[in-house]
Order: sequence, then structure tokens, then C-alpha cells
Amino acid sequence: MSKKTENQEPDTTGHEWDGIKEYDNPMPRWWLWTFYATIIWGVAYTIAYPAWPLIKEATPGLLGYSTRAEVAEEIQRFEEMNAPLDQKLVATELATVPDDAELHSYAVNGGAAVFRTWCAQCHGSGAAGAKGYPNLLDDAWLWGGSLEEIEYTVAHGIRNEQDPDARWSQMPAFGEILEEQQISEVVHYVRQMSGQEHDADLAAAGETVYLDNCAACHMEDGTGDTFQGAPNLTDAIWLYGGDVETLTETVAYSRFGVMPPWNERLTEAEIDQVTLYVHQLGGGE
Amino acid sequence: MWDYLKLALLAVIALLAAIAANYARDLAYLVNALTIMLVAGGLFLWVLRRTDEPKPAAVETGYMDGVVRYGVIATALWGVVGFLVGTFIAFQLAFPQLNFEWAQGYMNFGRLRPLHTSAVIFAFGGNALIATSFYVVQRTSAARLWGGNLAWFVFWGYQLVIVLAATGYLLGATQSKEYAEPEWYVDWWLTIVWVVYLAVFLGTIIKRKEPHIYVANWFYLSFIVTIAMLHVFNNLSIPVSLFGSKSVQVFSGVQDAMTQWWYGHNAVGFFLTAGFLGMMYYFVPKQAERPVYSYKLSIVHFWALIFLYIWAGPHHLHYTALPDWASTLGMVFSVVLWMPSWGGMINGLMTLSGAWDKLRTDPIIRMMVVSVGFYGMSTFEGPMMSIKAVNSLSHYTDWTIGHVHSGALGWNGMITFGALYFLVPRLWNRERLYSLSLVSWHFWLATIGIVLYAASMWVTGIMEGLMWREVDSQGFLVNAFADTVSAKFPMYVVRALGGVLYIAGALIMCYNLWMTVVRGQAKASAPAAAPAE
Repeated sequence: MSKKTENQEPDTTGHEWDGIKEYDNPMPRWWLWTFYATIIWGVAYTIAYPAWPLIKEATPGLLGYSTRAEVAEEIQRFEEMNAPLDQKLVATELATVPDDAELHSYAVNGGAAVFRTWCAQCHGSGAAGAKGYPNLLDDAWLWGGSLEEIEYTVAHGIRNEQDPDARWSQMPAFGEILEEQQISEVVHYVRQMSGQEHDADLAAAGETVYLDNCAACHMEDGTGDTFQGAPNLTDAIWLYGGDVETLTETVAYSRFGVMPPWNERLTEAEIDQVTLYVHQLGGGE
Repeated sequence: MWDYLKLALLAVIALLAAIAANYARDLAYLVNALTIMLVAGGLFLWVLRRTDEPKPAAVETGYMDGVVRYGVIATALWGVVGFLVGTFIAFQLAFPQLNFEWAQGYMNFGRLRPLHTSAVIFAFGGNALIATSFYVVQRTSAARLWGGNLAWFVFWGYQLVIVLAATGYLLGATQSKEYAEPEWYVDWWLTIVWVVYLAVFLGTIIKRKEPHIYVANWFYLSFIVTIAMLHVFNNLSIPVSLFGSKSVQVFSGVQDAMTQWWYGHNAVGFFLTAGFLGMMYYFVPKQAERPVYSYKLSIVHFWALIFLYIWAGPHHLHYTALPDWASTLGMVFSVVLWMPSWGGMINGLMTLSGAWDKLRTDPIIRMMVVSVGFYGMSTFEGPMMSIKAVNSLSHYTDWTIGHVHSGALGWNGMITFGALYFLVPRLWNRERLYSLSLVSWHFWLATIGIVLYAASMWVTGIMEGLMWREVDSQGFLVNAFADTVSAKFPMYVVRALGGVLYIAGALIMCYNLWMTVVRGQAKASAPAAAPAE
């Protein structure tokens, strides 16, 4: 430190603690004035907005601002804007909506938002599904891929307790019906059907097991039945997996995929929207 | 006579804990009861072996530094534990596979997260505050700690709180209140420990030999008093059973939320700000060997800070069931708090005027300056985020996490490291630290770690805030929640790497402090045990 600054050292307060002294410097001006400014702003703000609690209620503020009113207003603005289109959508036969370009694009847009909010948790935000949750981008449909069928599935769901009209079917757990050897045979037959690597002897023996036990739902040629939600076994698409281990588990213990009904939580227009959205994703029939 | 009383008391506690363990309704309670039983039983034997033995003549002169030494060790130890858990859960967020199947219910993110927050705030920060306050109050009051062994009771009692809370979290006992997770019996125990802490601190101030109370002690005292009040009110709850950990809050709905964030925000305000300002006001002028910049500023910013902070809590509940008026007040008080917070920063930084050259040569000063810098940044960011328009973007996003960590890692962490580097040579009577270049390594690793952490959280926070609110021209949502999660992945990896750097620095510090104690040369003269005149 130079001598000059040493001469300019401010006074200390005269106290000392464990060798620590304190300068008697004034508070920095900019600091003090900024502090005053925030206080003045604070007082003004509490006059303008709801702020001070009184006995019965708080001061409402000169601007009459309310968080809830602001949100309600914004929601109402969009609802009013979209109301004519929603009404038109509900009134229009679903199958003919795609002919009306404006209505269709509106519905698909809205359906995408519904899907991202309610459906993406299971089916994925891109609708590609996951193990146990169907891929909605392909053209394989468990319960049918026409607009009407998709709408029914969305509205009532699958194998749920809440909606008596839910789609319902149940595959028996064949572990209690068939011998282990028979299960192994039918698994290899199914793998043969779907064009995968398989044990030819087991598969040959499995044909009888299949025809006796499985063909009623999955059809003799294995193409399944959308009326019962019985999957097509001849394609390469598997909900739970097509390897020997997974197929054995599926045959022995069965599966029970559940989808909730949405007609309680979504409006009719929203169900139409999400139906049209899912239908145009690629695989709609 | 006193020993027999102690024996009787310990025996009763051990017995009651055994009964409680026998009737325990849940695993967390059982393990906690057994822990208490073992501790009380162990203490019983320890006291028994000393009863009626000739006591070594108690040294009642000079400062009581044994408890501070233990506090320094506990601070470093809990710090490493807290940073380690934090880094691990940061990786869990980036790679969910790390929520191992075999450890479900014990080591998944939900169980480890409160372990991390409590370990860093209350175990690392709390021990740092207790240890430094005991050190500082003795030096600046020129008096030995009041209450004899009560200081040891505070230290060990506080460690018991930490152990009970931590094992409770892992086994599923929680009040589900952020930063107030420990269940009712741990709350009761902490209350007892805290009141004793207040008595020891206040007793020492009362018997001080200096005419005035030093500014650091104002801050420490406000921290101790306010935390006691906050802790009691936020933990008002009724146990479902005397033999179970579950309890029910007295408040419900938005009142409960408001009490929680009145507590939660002031845990930041009085634990992590006021308490640590106490640390700053002693260690910065001592290390810089310069007088405090402005006494006037310290008075005004102290009173303004403690008056304003207590009202700022509602800004955690903007746009919720909280009434608009409470929201407004929370925001206004937060903004007005900006300058009082910066008063501490100005006093810290300006204390170095005339000693700026030390930044080049003294890595400990560098650490303290960066710490005060991060303090200033966070206390600007905080008021800004409390503004409703900003909050509607930042709330619930990673921005908040980044904000908290620039304060916690930058301000609280760095000032504590600086204090530990200051204390260890003095407490163990060593010439100097083992290695200053290791301090430099620690400084750079920690600083780069914080920058990676804060920057990545700003990016993901603002990004996810924008993605959540994005709607198209017809008012429909554009992004699914999962889209925002997958978009954040790269930044989560960066954040976890920042954590790795930070903990690497802390490990280097532990090695350095350890070597200082075991290898350092003893100082020629004994420390000044005699209080000032």
C-alpha cells in the first residue's frame, strides 16, 4: 500500500474484536438510493395490486387484478374462438371429417394436444408405444383401426372396471391347461407362423395344440380377430415380445392389458379430436 | 451425585427406547428407536466407568476449542457425504437405470433426494455454522463458551439428529415437507438441542469481556433464534401413534403450504444467508487482515435483512391456491430485500480494498471472494425470480435448482471451505496449511463445477419453462411432458459432471486438511489462550 492511500484511510469506529476493526465509512450512495427506490416501488405496487390484509378481506388494488380472473379470461378466449369448430366437429360424421380440410386440421391439432396430455404416458409422446402398450403408428390394430373403432376404444377403454361398455376379452392362462411340452410346441408353431427361427419338430407337433386351443380366437391362419382383440400372430409385431421366452410366458400366464375409459374425463369434441389424430398417424384403416 | 442422575436418566431413556422398539409400527421407527437405545446404553456405560473416578483437573481457562475441532471434522465429513449423494442422484436423473431394482425403496431418487438436501444444508452447513459460531463467539467476546460441557451436548445431539433423520429417510419416514422431512420425535429432539445451542451462544455473549457485540454475532444470533421459531411452527404435528413415525400436520391445505414455505424460505434466509454472513463477517476480515468496510452499512443491512426476509416466503407459491394479496406481499418484500442482501456483499468485497493484491497470492482469499460474488449473484437472481411474471416461467423448472445451487455450492460451500482452511492450522496449532497449491486446485475444480452446474440448469430451466407453456394459435399444447424430459438429457449429464468436479475439489480439501494435521509443523508458541483485556 502506498503512503498516500494510507494517509487517506478513513476512521475506524474505535472498537476492536480479536484484531478486527471496523471503518466508519458511509453507506454507498448508489446502494442507499437503490434501496429507497425499491421501497417506493414496493409501496406503489401494493397500492396497485391486491396486497394488504384487512379484517374481512385484503385491499383489492387499484388495477383490480386477479390471477384467477386472468386465467379464466384466457381460457374463455380460446374456448370462444374454438367453440364453432368444436360444435361442427361433434355434429359431423367422423368418417367425413377428413374431407373438410379446415375442420380436419383443427381436430388433428387438438387431438395431438389431448394425446400429449393424457395418452403419452403409456403410448409414448410419439405414439410409438412400449412393451405392453400398442404402437399406434403401424397398421396393426388389436381392436380395429377404423375411425369408429378407435373412437369406441378411446371412449370406453379396454378391460377396465369403470366402464361397463369397455372392450373385454381374456386369454386363458394355458399354464394351467396345457403340459409344459405342449406349450413349448405351440410357441414354436407360433414362431413358425410369424416366419421366425423355430424347431421344426416342435412346431409340427404344435399345430394340433394351436388348432385345439388357440384358433378359436386367433383364427386358424393366425391372423387374429379384432372383434375380440385377439392379436394377429403372423406379422412381426409383438405387444410383449416374440422371442421364445416371452411367448412362453404369454401362453402360460396370459396377459391383461388395461386402458381406462376417457368419456368421463374428455369432452365429446376432444374424443373426436384424439380419434382423428390417432387415425391419421399412419395406420388408420 | 450428578453422575448418578445422569446414569438414571440414560437408563430410563435406553429402557423407553427398547420398549418403543418392541412396539414399533414401522421399520424407520424401529431402527431409530434401536439407535437411541444403543446411544443411551453406550453413554450409560461410558458414564458408569467414569463415576467416582478422580476427574482430571478441568481446564476452565482459555477458549473451548475441542468441540470446534470436532465440528470441523464433522463439517468436512458430512460435506463429502452430501456431495456424493447429490452427484449420484444427479446421475440418476440423467440415467434412470441407476435407480437399481434391488435397491427400490431405499436408494431410489425419491429416498435419496431428501438425504442429499438435508446432508448438505443441515449436516454440512449446520455443523459449519455451529463450529464456526462457537469459534467466533469466543474470540470476539474474549470469553470461554458458557455452560461447560453443554457445547458437547449440542455437538453430539446434533449429530444424533442427523443420523436419525438420514436413516429415517432411507427407510421411508418423512413428513413430506421440503427441508423439514424428519418426523415428530426427531423434531422434538432437535428442539431440545437447539434451545441448548441458543443458551450456550447467548450465555457466552452475555459474559463477554468486549464492550460491544461484534456484527458476526448479530447474524449468528438471528440465525439461531429464527430457526428455533421456524422449526417449532412448521413442525406442529400430531403423531398417529406414539410407537410409529407417522404424524399429521396441524395445518392443512393452503395454510400448511404457506407455513411450509414461510419455513422453507427462511431456512434459506436465516440458515444459509444470515448464519453464513456471520461466518463471512469474521473470516473475511481475518484472512484479509483488513478492517470491515463500513459499520453503518452492517447495521442497516442487518436489520433490513432480518426484517424483510421473514415475509418473502409466499413467492414460493405464486399462481397456486394462495390468495393474490399474499402473493403480492411475498414478491414485494423479496424485491425490497435485494439491496439489504447486497449490503453483505459490499461489506465483504470492499473489506478487501487495499488488499486486492492478495487475490493473486492467497487462494483462500480467492475462495472467499468468489463465495461473496456468488452470494451477490444469487441474491439478485432470487428477487428477480420472485417477480410473478418471471416466476410463471421459472417455477417448477430446473432454473430453481440452478439458483439454489449457485447459492449453496458457490456461497455456502466456498465460504465454508475458506473457513475450514483458516481454522484447521489454528485449531491444531500448525504453522501453515499442508499445501496452498492444493487449495488452488480445489478452488478451480469447485468454481468450474459450479459454472457447469448453474449454466446447464439455466439452459434446461428456461428451455423446459418455454416448452411447457408453448401453445399453438388455437390454444393447444405443443409439447408433451416427456418431450421436455428427453430434451433435458444432455444438460443433466453436464450438471452431473459439474457435481463430479465439485466433489473432487472437496476430497482434495479433506486430504489437504488431514495432511496439515498429521504432517504440519507445530507452531512454536502456544495459541493466545488469554482473552483480551
